[in-house]
Amino acid sequence: MSATTALPAPARPGAPAPRARRSNRRVVATSFTYAVLVVLAVLYVYPFLIQVATSFKTDAEAAQNAVSLIPQTWSTAAYERLFLRSDFPLWFRNSVIVTVVVTLGRVFINSLAGYALARLRFRGRGLVFAGLVAVMAVPNVVLLIPKFLVIKQVGIYNSFAGLIVPLLADAAGIFIMKNFFESIPPSVEEAARLDGAGTFRVFWSVVLPMARPAVVTLVILSFQGSWNELSHFIVASQDPDLVTLTKGVAQLASGQLSQGTQYPLKLAAAAIMTVPVAVLFFVFQKRIMNQSAGAVKE
Amino acid sequence: MSAAVTSPASAPVRRRRRPHGPGSARGRAAASGWLFLAPMLVILGLFLVVPVLMALWVSMSDWTGRGSPLSSDVSFVGVENYRSLLLGGGLATQDFGTAMRNNAYYVLLVVPLQTALALFLATMVNRRALRGRGFFRTAFYFPSVTSSVAITVLWLFLFSASGTINAILARLSISGPNWFNDPRGVLHLLLGAAGLDTAPESLAQHGFLGIPLWEWLAGPSVAMSALILLAIFTTSGTFMLLFLAALQAISSEVEEAAVMDGATAWQRFRRVTLPMLRPTVFTVVTLGLIGTWQVFDQIYTGTQGGPAKTTITPAYLSYSAAFQNNQWGRGAAIAFVLFAIIVLLTVLQRLVLRERDTVPRRKRFYRTPAAPPAALAGTAGTAPAAGAPGTGTASPTEGDHR
Repeated sequence: MSATTALPAPARPGAPAPRARRSNRRVVATSFTYAVLVVLAVLYVYPFLIQVATSFKTDAEAAQNAVSLIPQTWSTAAYERLFLRSDFPLWFRNSVIVTVVVTLGRVFINSLAGYALARLRFRGRGLVFAGLVAVMAVPNVVLLIPKFLVIKQVGIYNSFAGLIVPLLADAAGIFIMKNFFESIPPSVEEAARLDGAGTFRVFWSVVLPMARPAVVTLVILSFQGSWNELSHFIVASQDPDLVTLTKGVAQLASGQLSQGTQYPLKLAAAAIMTVPVAVLFFVFQKRIMNQSAGAVKE
Repeated sequence: MSAAVTSPASAPVRRRRRPHGPGSARGRAAASGWLFLAPMLVILGLFLVVPVLMALWVSMSDWTGRGSPLSSDVSFVGVENYRSLLLGGGLATQDFGTAMRNNAYYVLLVVPLQTALALFLATMVNRRALRGRGFFRTAFYFPSVTSSVAITVLWLFLFSASGTINAILARLSISGPNWFNDPRGVLHLLLGAAGLDTAPESLAQHGFLGIPLWEWLAGPSVAMSALILLAIFTTSGTFMLLFLAALQAISSEVEEAAVMDGATAWQRFRRVTLPMLRPTVFTVVTLGLIGTWQVFDQIYTGTQGGPAKTTITPAYLSYSAAFQNNQWGRGAAIAFVLFAIIVLLTVLQRLVLRERDTVPRRKRFYRTPAAPPAALAGTAGTAPAAGAPGTGTASPTEGDHR
C-alpha cells in the first residue's frame, strides 16, 4: 500500500509523451477515487459521531442544533439518568448473561455437531445433514409465533432458560465448524486414537484446539448475534426483570417507557449498547474482515 | 439414507485407510456420532422443527391464545385463516395487502441498491494501491456489526422533524419532510407533481389483495423511504465483504490477460470481473431477498407500522396480529405466506440466474475461435497500452500488498 506501488507501470524508453499524459490522467483519476471514498466514508461515519455528540447535549440543544459535532454545553444528564435512575443497568446485565452463556454454549454444541458431521461415519448422518440444510432455509421471522408456542409448552417462558436455550445451536455455526474440521488432516486424530484416546477425548484435546481460528470466528458471530438479537427476546418473555438491552432500548425508542423525544437519552442508550460489539469488532477486525461468511443483518 | 450416499468424495479413501474393521469401531463411531449430535438435534428439533409444525396447526385453527393450542376446545378451521387473509376482502385482507405493498417496494428498492452499492464499495476498496484501505473498509462495514435497534434509534433522531437530515437540508434551502410522520407515497408525490392527483377510474376500481391498484402505485411512503435508506446503510458493508472476498479470489493472471488484450478498466470490469462475480451476485441477491422480506426489528423499534400503516410489513403484521390482537391463526397464516414468498423468490431467482449463465457461455464459445483478442478489446480501438492504467486500478505487475 506504499506510495511507490501507486506509480504507473514500467516506463518504456522512447515514449515520454504518452507516459506524461498517462500519469497526469492517473493523478486526476486517483484524486477522484479518493474524493468519492472520503465522501462515502463521511456518510458512513458521521451518523455515529452525531450519535455520541448528541448524547452529551441537552434535550433542547439536540433539537435546535442537530448538525454540530460539539455540544455547546456538555451535559452528562442522559448517562446519569440511564445508569442511576432507570432499568438500564439491569438490561445490560441481562444482555451480558445471555450473550456469554449463548456464546459458550454455541461454541461447544456447534463444534460437537460439526465434528460428528465432518468426521464420524454412521448411518443417518446424511439425513441429519440434509435436515440441517432444510432447517437453515426457514426464515427467522416465520418462527416468531411457533417459537413462543413451544417455549410456553416446554415451560421455560419468562425465564433465562427461555431466552438462552433456543439460541444455543445454529445451523450456520455448525457449517463453519464442519468445514473447518474437514480441513484438518485425519492422520492427527489417528495418532491419538492409536494411543487409546476415546472419541470425545480426541475431539476435545486434539481437534478442538487445532480449530482455534474457526472457534474464534464462531465466538465473534455468536456474541454479535446474541447481543443484537431482538425478536427472540420479545417472544420469549415479558417479565420486566428479563428485559435485555435490545428489547429495553427498542421500547424506550418507541416511547413505551417515556414521554417526549428525549433524544440524548435514547442515543446514549444506543451508543452504550454498541460499545461491546464495537470493541469486539476492533479487536478482531482482521479476522472479521477476512471472513466472507458473516452474519447478515436486515 | 446411508452415510455413503451423501458423504464427500474423499470419504471412501479415508475409510479404506482406517485400520479398524467395520465391526465394533463402526458401532462405536455411530454411538458417539449420535451423542455428539444430540444437543444440536434436541435444540434445533425443539425450537425449529416442532415450532413449524405447531404453527402450521395454529394457522389452521381458531386458537385465541388462551390455554394450549393443542387442547380440545381449539378447533380445526382448515384454510379459513388463509382465505380471509388472501380473498376475504375485509380489513384483514386490506392490512395484508398494504403490508405486502409496503414490503414489495422495500424489496424492490433495497435489494438492487444495496447490491450495487456493495459491489461499488468493494471494487473501490479492493485497489491494492489505495492508501487507508483498512480505514475505508472499517468505515463501510461498521454499521453492519451494530445492532439494528441501536441504528434504528439513531435513524429516528437523524430523520426526525428537527433532526440532522432536515437541518442539513434546511442549510441547502430545502424544507425536508416530516419523515417518519409522512404517509404520502413517493410515487404518488411524483405523479402529483406531474399533475396526476386523483386516481384514474380503472385504477381506483380494480384492486388486488383488498386495496385498489391506485394504492399499489403509491410507492414507498416518505417514512418507508427513510427505512429503505437505513437498510441500505446497514447491509451494504456486509455484502461488500462478500464481494471483496470474491474479488480477491479472482486470479491476477486473468486481469493481466485482459490488460494485455487492451481492455479498458470498464471493459475489464464488465467483461472479466462481473461474469466471475456472478456466484457472489447470486448469493448477495438471495440473502437480500430473504432478509428484506423479513423486516421486523426496524418497524418494532421505530414506526410500529405507522404513519397510516405505510410501514407495516408482513413480518410485523404477523407479530402484531398474534401477540397484540390475539389472532394467532391469522398471525401464523401470514408467517407461512411469507415463508412461501421467500422460498418462491429464491427458487425463481435461481432459475433465472441459471438460465442467464448458460447463454453467454455458449456465445463466448462460438466467438472466441473467430477473433480471440479482438473479442475482448472490442470497442477499445486504441493501442493496447493506452487503456492499461485507466482509472487508477492497480496494474497486475504490482506486488500483492494485502
